[in-house]
Amino acid sequence: MSVWPVLIGMALVTFALRASFLVLPPGIETPPLLRRALRYVPAAILTAIWAPEIAVGNEQLLAGVVAIAVAWRWRMTFATIIAGLLALHLFAWLI
Amino acid sequence: MLLGIIPFGVITGVAMVASGIPPLVALLMSLIVFAGASMVASAQLLASAAPAALIILTTLIINLRFMMYSASLRLHFAEAPLRWRVAIAYLIADNVYGLLLSRFSEHPKDEGKLEYFMGAGIVVWAAWQVAVLGGILIGAGVPASWRLEFAAPLAFIAMTIPHLRDRAMIAAALAAGIAVIAAHGLPLRLNIVVAAAVGISAGMIFERKKA
Repeated sequence: MSVWPVLIGMALVTFALRASFLVLPPGIETPPLLRRALRYVPAAILTAIWAPEIAVGNEQLLAGVVAIAVAWRWRMTFATIIAGLLALHLFAWLI
Repeated sequence: MLLGIIPFGVITGVAMVASGIPPLVALLMSLIVFAGASMVASAQLLASAAPAALIILTTLIINLRFMMYSASLRLHFAEAPLRWRVAIAYLIADNVYGLLLSRFSEHPKDEGKLEYFMGAGIVVWAAWQVAVLGGILIGAGVPASWRLEFAAPLAFIAMTIPHLRDRAMIAAALAAGIAVIAAHGLPLRLNIVVAAAVGISAGMIFERKKA
């Protein structure tokens, strides 16, 4: 299978989502129900991406909890990644 | 902020090459798609010879959040010339959006919003591309014992937490997390679609209860 149709399809879909509301002419209102629903999309989708990855085993789950705590307290991506990786190795060694 | 993007970009590059897609395709994907989560997911699907339509559908679901960012940024940039809005659209990314929103809520009457967005967006874009290229070049050179692949979910945890500002948002995230695991048995990664629907519904239900 050629990868080109996939690549172009991904690019078109992704750009269409990014452009969706921004390229509408000024003066058009976003439907309130749609806006309410869209509010929850990032939290829901982002969580759906990482939840299965930390649910694969005890050390991943514990490292995930550490990462959530660090992210909650300091809001720093880099600190979250480092803390989570260190915790993963620590728990792997302990368990 | 860049400290967060760079490791995530490197892992994305490593993950794409590790899943077996050619380095040039990985680089092109980074340039024209420019969305890390969907790139890692689709590289895995490509490597497992999944149908093209499924890969594009998965990309659509994972990147659905950009539609919300687009709607939100419209409140700030609706009056900007179309070519600028197209440029803004291309540069939308989780961390740029998060950064901008905290800035705009502190300084709502700020004059230079467009310049600020474009500036931050271009810096993030460039750092991201360099990081992905670095990851592609490193490829399988990272020892597997470092377990660097776990950095991808960690980066997503860091991107999720700032969204959890109220109970409805936390309900949406929790429900989506439970749903994605409960629906794990579904074929073709449909569990992400289920999780999105469950998460959005949970958020809207909790929001209504509060009102």
